[in-house]
Amino acid sequence: MSRILTYREALREGLDEELARDPNVVLMGEEVAQYNGAYKVTEGLWKKWGDKRVVDTPISEAGFIGMGIGASMLGVRPVMELMFWSFHSVAFDQLVSNAACVRYMSGGLCNCPIVVRGPANGGTGVGATHSHVPEALFAAFPGLKVCTPATPADAKGLIKAAIRDNDPVYFMENTLLYGNPGEVPDPADGDFVIPLGVADLKREGSDISLIAHGRSVIHALAAAETLQAEHGINADVLDLRSIRPLDLDAILKTVMKTNRVVLVDESKPFGGVSAMVAMLIQEHAFDYLDAPIRRVCSLDAPAIYSQHIEHEQLPNPRRIVEKVLSMS
Amino acid sequence: MTSASPSTLDFASSPINQSLTPERKIELFTQMVRIRRFEQAGLKYYQGGKIGGFLHLYIGQEAVAVGTISLGGADDHFITAYRDHGHALAVGMGMNECMAEMFGKQTGCSKGKGGSMHFFAPDKNFWGGHGIVAGQTPLGLGLAYGLKYLGREGCCLCYLGDGAVNQGVFHESLNLASLFGIPVVYVIENNGYSMGTSQERSSAYSGCLAQRAEAYAIEWDVIDGSDLYEVRAKTHIAMERARKQMKPTVLEIDTYRYYGHSIADANHKKYRTPEEIENYKQNHDPIAVFRRKLIAEGVLTEDRAAAINKTAADEAAASVKFADESPAPTIADIGTDVYWESDHNSPASKIGRHFFND
Repeated sequence: MSRILTYREALREGLDEELARDPNVVLMGEEVAQYNGAYKVTEGLWKKWGDKRVVDTPISEAGFIGMGIGASMLGVRPVMELMFWSFHSVAFDQLVSNAACVRYMSGGLCNCPIVVRGPANGGTGVGATHSHVPEALFAAFPGLKVCTPATPADAKGLIKAAIRDNDPVYFMENTLLYGNPGEVPDPADGDFVIPLGVADLKREGSDISLIAHGRSVIHALAAAETLQAEHGINADVLDLRSIRPLDLDAILKTVMKTNRVVLVDESKPFGGVSAMVAMLIQEHAFDYLDAPIRRVCSLDAPAIYSQHIEHEQLPNPRRIVEKVLSMS
Repeated sequence: MTSASPSTLDFASSPINQSLTPERKIELFTQMVRIRRFEQAGLKYYQGGKIGGFLHLYIGQEAVAVGTISLGGADDHFITAYRDHGHALAVGMGMNECMAEMFGKQTGCSKGKGGSMHFFAPDKNFWGGHGIVAGQTPLGLGLAYGLKYLGREGCCLCYLGDGAVNQGVFHESLNLASLFGIPVVYVIENNGYSMGTSQERSSAYSGCLAQRAEAYAIEWDVIDGSDLYEVRAKTHIAMERARKQMKPTVLEIDTYRYYGHSIADANHKKYRTPEEIENYKQNHDPIAVFRRKLIAEGVLTEDRAAAINKTAADEAAASVKFADESPAPTIADIGTDVYWESDHNSPASKIGRHFFND
């Protein structure tokens, strides 16, 4: 039996189950405990698990993330919340030079089983400083893993896999998805874990492949319905779910089926996730393409504030439909 | 920093030093000599082109690593910055694995993947060896947080240079250490220069650098780094404060490096006078100071000191031979030790593409 949970509730259930499973799992971050989470993802967990397992930190990202990395080398498994992934920049040395490289530089003697999680998205009227989407940035560092769930079930299944993984996993959520409802399997039916590195075909079609991750999946699904209803175009929608490791087989499978691809990606175009996916498609499936690969990314400027136009800077169903139609 | 006046207190009589047996004292002396001989050999082969990258020598600072690490118990941990050879040997790492690492060989402690700045030995509670100035300071905090979380009575000694005290992350770490009651001891190894910039030209402070700890309600102390007994006596107090009371400390240990920031630092004879270096060698060299004390105590003889020196030099020469004759990493080695899951061939490592080589 599955239930309907919001993305936020599903994440919380995943965190709660992992806190119960492993006494070395500790949640830490700004406002995660007594305040119940800036976006209420961790609501109720401090009350249930107490000060040791759910820790409020000062606004001190480099400090507490570095602390979590150090503790992880000793066997603690910190799950650290960035209130916004946009704040990665003040902790970048810790997130990259320490978390990504310590295993390598020690010749495999150290490992760093941390999770850093939080929302990474634009579209909420908070301007450029709070709207960064750094999944491609971090996926570019060998040693790191990155995933971007789009649905409540994926959020729960992936956070559990991320916490159990013995490498650093950077888990990127979306404030505009937190309230979305969706079916999530009942814990009574067994431990629900979705491995990193497995994409999910969210809609089956035959004419074109829309490949997306995060909230762009929701837009791609909406665009696919419009394309079907108004233009008779039947789209495959592939949700990458995990950026690194990446499910290249699933990408190639949909491309070889439909022979046309639009990549939908909230990254900026230069070096975004879709730039890498496009490279891989041309490398491995060039002969299957009937048209150049196209992308719908965020428009190439820092994130605009204005609520009147912000949604037009981001991928949205209309932009996806127009891009698909421009290919025929 | 380095004053010419000798310590007024006799730290040899402190209980933690009274507990040292004559053989243990000679062992500590030997460790300092081994560090120096190891580094002198390293310098020779760095200049000979066998060692790449940077070489940050610890020569002149040996009493800090040896004195502090000699206090470590089973649950005490250590982490430092890039000037890490002294700490590595003091925790018990072998000259062979360390020299081979600098030579970039497969037999190095990090398999030739880390180099001089990145020595590690978690089995000896030594967590690096970190290249970014002050980048290790929250890691040391985290190791100590981990000890507290796991219920072990121990502490973490986290070393940093005087140039690291102005990095933001160090201040974040001090705040967290005090706020959370973390058993960490920050050891500022003050050699007077942040690379080529003197303390006076790089840091604003009243009294001394460690005094900044007062702003975070953290205890602090200043130590003469040329006296191994003083290093041990004062560091012991800080470690006990951490272990027993879950309180951090900031120690500032005045010391001196004979060489430049790194051997690539071509200006080190310009920003320091020959007289300054000579004064240190004559009056404050930690090995010479300890040697004189041990001879005065009747623990050591000139002959035995000379023999220790010879043995250390031979050991260093042998490590050079070992390193030189060891195999280099292979192209295949470049791709291992990136992900734990891949190295362990785990189920997770087989799902999805982890590497994107052409």
